[in-house]
Amino acid sequence: MRSRIFAGLLLAAVSAGAAFAQGGPIKLADVAELSGGGATVGNNWKNGIDLAIEEINAKGGLLGRKLEVTHADSQSNPGVARAQVQKALDNEPYVLLGPGYSGSVKVTSPLAAEAGIAQIMGGEAAELTQGGNKFLFRTSFGQQSSMPKVAKYIHDELKAKSVAIVWVNNDFGKGGRDVITKEFAKYNIKIAADISTEAGQADFAADVSKIKAAAPDAVFIYLNEEESARILKELKRQAITVPLVGETTLVGQKVVELAGDAANGARGHVGLTTDAPVDLVKAFREKFVKKYNYVPDHNGLKGYLAIYMIKATTEKMGKVDAKRFADTLHGLTIKAASEPGILMDVTFDEKGDIDRQGFLVEIVEGKQVVKQVLPKLN
Amino acid sequence: MSATAKYWRIALGVAVIAALIIAPMNFNRYGLYILSQWAVMTIAAMGLNLTLGYAGQVSLAQGAFVGIGAYAAAIMTTQGMPLIAALGVAVVMCFAIGWILGYPALRVQHHYLAFVTLAFSTLAFLVFRNEDWLTKGIYGISNIPRPNVLGFATNRPLPFYYFCLGSLGIVSLAMWWLIRSPWGRAFVALRENPVRALSLGIDTRRYTLMAFAIGSALGGVAGTLYAPLTQYIDPVPFNLSLSLDLLMMVIVGGSGFFFGPFLGAMIAVLLPEWLRFTEGYYLMLYAVAVMLLLIYSPTGILGILDRYLSERRTKAASALRAVAKSRLETAP
Amino acid sequence: MSNLLDLLVAGLATGAIYALVAVGFTLLWQTSQTINFAQGEFVMLPAFLMLAVMHAGAPFWLAVILGILLSLLLLGLGFKLLLVDPMLRHGVLPLAIATMALAIGMKEAVKQFFSAEASPFPSIVPAGDVSILGRVVSLQSLGVLALAIAVVIGLTLLLNRTSIGHQMQATAQNPTVARIIGVPVERMILLTFLINAFLVALASLLITPIYLAKFSSGEVLGQAAFIAAIVGGFNQVRGAIAGGLLIGVVDNLAAAYVSTQYRAAVPLALLIIIILFRPQGLLGRPEERTV
Repeated sequence: MRSRIFAGLLLAAVSAGAAFAQGGPIKLADVAELSGGGATVGNNWKNGIDLAIEEINAKGGLLGRKLEVTHADSQSNPGVARAQVQKALDNEPYVLLGPGYSGSVKVTSPLAAEAGIAQIMGGEAAELTQGGNKFLFRTSFGQQSSMPKVAKYIHDELKAKSVAIVWVNNDFGKGGRDVITKEFAKYNIKIAADISTEAGQADFAADVSKIKAAAPDAVFIYLNEEESARILKELKRQAITVPLVGETTLVGQKVVELAGDAANGARGHVGLTTDAPVDLVKAFREKFVKKYNYVPDHNGLKGYLAIYMIKATTEKMGKVDAKRFADTLHGLTIKAASEPGILMDVTFDEKGDIDRQGFLVEIVEGKQVVKQVLPKLN
Repeated sequence: MSATAKYWRIALGVAVIAALIIAPMNFNRYGLYILSQWAVMTIAAMGLNLTLGYAGQVSLAQGAFVGIGAYAAAIMTTQGMPLIAALGVAVVMCFAIGWILGYPALRVQHHYLAFVTLAFSTLAFLVFRNEDWLTKGIYGISNIPRPNVLGFATNRPLPFYYFCLGSLGIVSLAMWWLIRSPWGRAFVALRENPVRALSLGIDTRRYTLMAFAIGSALGGVAGTLYAPLTQYIDPVPFNLSLSLDLLMMVIVGGSGFFFGPFLGAMIAVLLPEWLRFTEGYYLMLYAVAVMLLLIYSPTGILGILDRYLSERRTKAASALRAVAKSRLETAP
Repeated sequence: MSNLLDLLVAGLATGAIYALVAVGFTLLWQTSQTINFAQGEFVMLPAFLMLAVMHAGAPFWLAVILGILLSLLLLGLGFKLLLVDPMLRHGVLPLAIATMALAIGMKEAVKQFFSAEASPFPSIVPAGDVSILGRVVSLQSLGVLALAIAVVIGLTLLLNRTSIGHQMQATAQNPTVARIIGVPVERMILLTFLINAFLVALASLLITPIYLAKFSSGEVLGQAAFIAAIVGGFNQVRGAIAGGLLIGVVDNLAAAYVSTQYRAAVPLALLIIIILFRPQGLLGRPEERTV
């Protein structure tokens, strides 16, 4: 009898201890480009993360526990990113978030893999998920999945035989340019001009006059929003009328705002955008604008989604288990119907790449019009 | 008096070195990485200190020389060549480039080396970024191996830190020897009074050029350590801002002081770390701290110390004089 | 050929921006040996000051006036009193380093207290294009060009035709002698800082609609203006203007005819050549002072 009471007390004590261990906050670590050349990317990403965590904690947390995140600044420098990720991993976070620059992801992903901690990042370079890393996850389409769609559109719909490519000379722009160049080769599309531009460039007169001289059937533009707006103005000024095709960064609301009339007629493939014709995305945008007073770019969405990926995966496991996290997320499909925070249905494959609905849009009279919905593959 | 001061100084030196060897043994990986970074940046800043502090020339290309060293190490060691070969290539290249840049610039006017190196810094970045066939361009070079030193692998953070610390020790000794050699004395003569140095028959231009070329070569040495430290390099870290950061390190530590670069690099690497608790404000506070320091002491931190010590020395000397005087007066 | 003309016009428009910023460099250098590495950030900030005033509900014209006044106060008076004056007697270099730190601080402050995002900025020149001799030119570019020309004329008149101008020139050439002949040297130096602050505020007002208001937009601009000042001649206002225009044109021609990947290299190569063969800059006069 006494022993039974004792056993009961012991059990209670153990379970209380377990409950206590379960009750502390779940620690997440974010390393992002908060200063330096990538500060816009990093701050959007950070704000997206903070917004999602605030929402989840306001609703009682994840499995009853609060989420807690530390943000570290990579200064947009891979060397610093490595140091900060090392520091973050030394504190054994549940999941590592970031960085956004592909170079910084490349230098940090072996560290996270070695520590056995899942890393959810913002990089879009094709090669990131092709090295067999079992712990790395994207939040958006890699260039290897978005560029073929653009190339197919240029070939099938526009019937272009020659294309001028304008790209920004950093890892984002060069990555996209290299993938689409390969795709064009498959369709026997000639590259009439291959024009690299600088981040922050203000004057596109020379670049556009090169395009004019090359007289292509279409122009593929892969720049950041601000530079996209400037080149669109210049293209209009030099009266270039062939179709202008791009990606998320050519047809966003921000570009329309900055370029005005000149944005009309621009078209492109859009993976993640706050302009998507999806109610949940529109609601997200409203919440974001309310909190931060500006319209986020796709990096804000990525940060937000990263947190809801963690939520869905953890709820699927039924407990906070850093070891099994990566395994569980591989092959997982998250439905927006059951987890509204994920905004659109998404599936993760074995490499950590994503499959999600995409859109082909065109700017018509200052508004983004969806011309075609590219369905999720499976 | 001076004998005890000397013992104190030696004791302090031994204590610091012992601390640098012993304390990191139970540091975590992050702490070791930061300390290794400090050692590497100190070497680069020491090179710049030679150019700036001893020869009085501003170089805005030290970051580019670090880049040249890093690319030499990355390209050659990923091809299976040993790091020591890369070191040789980096030193020779940086020295030669320094000579070629400095030769015409110093021919004309004093501050033109700054302008020429400013241009070179950006040109080097463009070459790193655009010559894909050699540098893999903006994608960078990954999986840079860490070397085996005397049969020891330095893959783990602690051995690699000792490798960096050992390299820093060797460079420091070489520098110590250099500034005490006739050459080094010529450098100092140059800084103190160029006109007088010229009249004493020192070929000022050649010595200035030599100081700049050696300083640049040390940038290359730092680069060959930087590549295996991060194990991945791309062109972005080697743009103009690294050169400016290194310049800031030298000035903040105290240019022309032997230990200036050690302190300057420590502040540049560690101060942002200590200010990290202020979150988004840390770089702002860092900038304000640098400005306040320079307003208070334009000769950097060691300048404050120097001022304090010389004041004490004057005080001590005048006290001695007073004693001697009173003795003379009381003497019958 | 028509292509070349287009490039020249576009290059002049960009070059005029560099020129406006470069003028301030040379003014500060001439009167007080200040190399201001934060000059690009000086152009970035006034736009944010104006935006902040507008966010408080003020109309655009009021924001412009207040923005310019705040710039005079912060970037003119404040810069001189708080940073330049205490450091000037210690030589050129510590001050130059302090301005680098200032640049970092300004960028971070704007990012932290305003936003890391680019914001659009209203234009005082109506957006749109005009056709001149069959070439389509944007009104904004014309506005910048016109202002740059007005500044050169205004500054030249001020320096050469007024007694204040003569006193400023005397201060720039030899402060000791100027003081002896009764020039209020300190006041003249302060005046150049105020002129610089006014110029950067004007530049900010004109180019932010094109460059957008962003914490990092000063980086490219500051460096280009610095190069322009060296190329044109560090000690002459008209040298800075010529250098700015030249760099703008060369940059455009390089992108069109050399290589877009190496476009930034061509002005730098020009810089090196000029230092070798004409070290005082295109329009500069040889300097007796060594730094």
